[in-house]
Amino acid sequence: MIDRAQVLQIAQLARLDLSEEEVERYARELSEILTHVERIAAADVTDVAPTAHLALAEGTLRADEVQPSLARADALAGAPEASEEGFLVPSPQA
Amino acid sequence: MGVSDILELSAEATAAAAHAGELDPGELFAFYRSRAQEPEALELNCFCWLAAGVPDGSSAAEAPLGGVPLGVKDLFCTAGAPSQSGSLMLKGYIPPYTATAVQRALDAGAPLLGKTNQDEFAMGSSTEHCAFGAVRNPWDRNRVPGGSSGGSAAAVAAGLVPWALGTDTGGSIRQPASFCGIVGLKPTYGAVSRHGMIAFASSLDQAGPLSRSVRDAALLLGAIAGRDRRDATSVGLPEPLALPQRTDLEGVTFGVARELSAQAGAQAGGIEPGVQAAFERALELAMSLGARIEEVSLPHAALALSAYYVLAPAEASSNLARFDGVRFGHRSGDERARRELYAMYAQSRSEGFGAEVKRRIMLGTYVLSAGYYDAYYGQAQKVRTLIAEDFRRLFAGEGRAARGAAAPKVDFLLTPTAATVAFELGAVQSPWQMYLNDYFTVPMSLAGIPAISIPCGLSGKPGDSASGMPIGLQIAGPAFSEGPLLEVAHALEQALGFDGSPARRHRGLGHAHVNGAGGEAGGIHQGGPA
Repeated sequence: MIDRAQVLQIAQLARLDLSEEEVERYARELSEILTHVERIAAADVTDVAPTAHLALAEGTLRADEVQPSLARADALAGAPEASEEGFLVPSPQA
Repeated sequence: MGVSDILELSAEATAAAAHAGELDPGELFAFYRSRAQEPEALELNCFCWLAAGVPDGSSAAEAPLGGVPLGVKDLFCTAGAPSQSGSLMLKGYIPPYTATAVQRALDAGAPLLGKTNQDEFAMGSSTEHCAFGAVRNPWDRNRVPGGSSGGSAAAVAAGLVPWALGTDTGGSIRQPASFCGIVGLKPTYGAVSRHGMIAFASSLDQAGPLSRSVRDAALLLGAIAGRDRRDATSVGLPEPLALPQRTDLEGVTFGVARELSAQAGAQAGGIEPGVQAAFERALELAMSLGARIEEVSLPHAALALSAYYVLAPAEASSNLARFDGVRFGHRSGDERARRELYAMYAQSRSEGFGAEVKRRIMLGTYVLSAGYYDAYYGQAQKVRTLIAEDFRRLFAGEGRAARGAAAPKVDFLLTPTAATVAFELGAVQSPWQMYLNDYFTVPMSLAGIPAISIPCGLSGKPGDSASGMPIGLQIAGPAFSEGPLLEVAHALEQALGFDGSPARRHRGLGHAHVNGAGGEAGGIHQGGPA
């Protein structure tokens, strides 16, 4: 079960500001989802390796060669706030 | 060639007509562009952006795809056209490059007609969770088209575009194809490049075609598949795809898994009687074409949905960390957010993400957090191994029959694509109830294997509330078996003789509550060709 305090802690880790209504709602909904998810505990996984990524075919690495990439102006074009040189954010020291 | 003639042509036949000089690609594009803007088409809310005019490229008639227009799910990056992944977070975002899968389709001669609505960041099974309004099912406008590729599926079914690209993480191509009475193929993981797809769960996401026929799906998949130096997990297909032409199923063995059939019972949410009946008719039809049906077991498939709802949210919480108001997307204009970095992150994300996306980010953050990682994420990764191994054994002839005896080698697996037909907008409120939509599609996603949904009938008796809604049949095969998978799908499709034309005939306005659940309709934004 997920309680209020846990929801607030998760939200902080996830960089989400939740309203009071959301805190209450997610505590209830996440708890319900976890009761279904917890069925996986029943599987016997002795000596089973985890799968993080499927390796269905042999991948090959490409040559380590310099290739054209995005121009700086293009990379900055979608930013909410940017100078000619980079992305602008509020000072972390503020 | 008359207007109604164009509409009834498959994409393949349309391309052939262009190749033969019977159809001008410019007129073809204008026809679909105009059709997508008819009031009754707009009511479906399939598109969030339409190309402003006929794209350049007079040589399209000679290109392999003959200038047949393409719908593209919003989450594919398209240079010069908005790519918003159904989210306020990316409202109006125009990326500086085009996704490889889209670029390959464009290069093969399928011009971009428009971007299609989807559940936000592909998280959903109904396309109700879209920042630009809910999409409606052309078979019944009070019902959802499925999701998350619901805009692509509804547009193809309604004949607003001949074919479209979608993405499938746990069923997001197959389930909407099922709900809309069209063909949807999730290729083997790695067959198509993920470069330029706005990521949801990177170890599961895969692009694929939605189309009106199996041959059209093969034609489009052949164009988009391939290794890409910008996606290290992409390997392409082992050999070029031929257009399927098989009409019999002699020598083919299909498995029906106890865990993915009516016996799965309540845990799957229960298969509707109409769906079960259509599924059984499809099995009989397969046998009449010469196929053998074997009852088999996938011992861990019943745990797939639970494992998926650990793994996919975990990957999503990590992937969506990039939306922090710095490089792209929404930044909060709040006073505190302008002064403090943490507030800028948290408020931008809280304003930009919708309820379902926040729910999955929270769930993913939780299962990855210290103290819970092993019990949830670690365990789910191991269950994934067991599920993938179940499929590998089944297709290698090392599987188990339903009663524990050794099973014969199975070539393909058959299941209903979804336990139900399309439901009414707003009808599914509980998150887990919504997730159950993908009960039959998630196991193949976890195993990375290809699976296709083809329409296999309509539901119900006349007068039933859900009568006349399409039902999907899912066919899954071993990794990289797309060629033979499409052949057997084509044989079944020809024998089934499903008629999708009712969805292409506009039913008058007033048939639906136009401003019902799912938020305000976004309207179509228009712009220059990408």
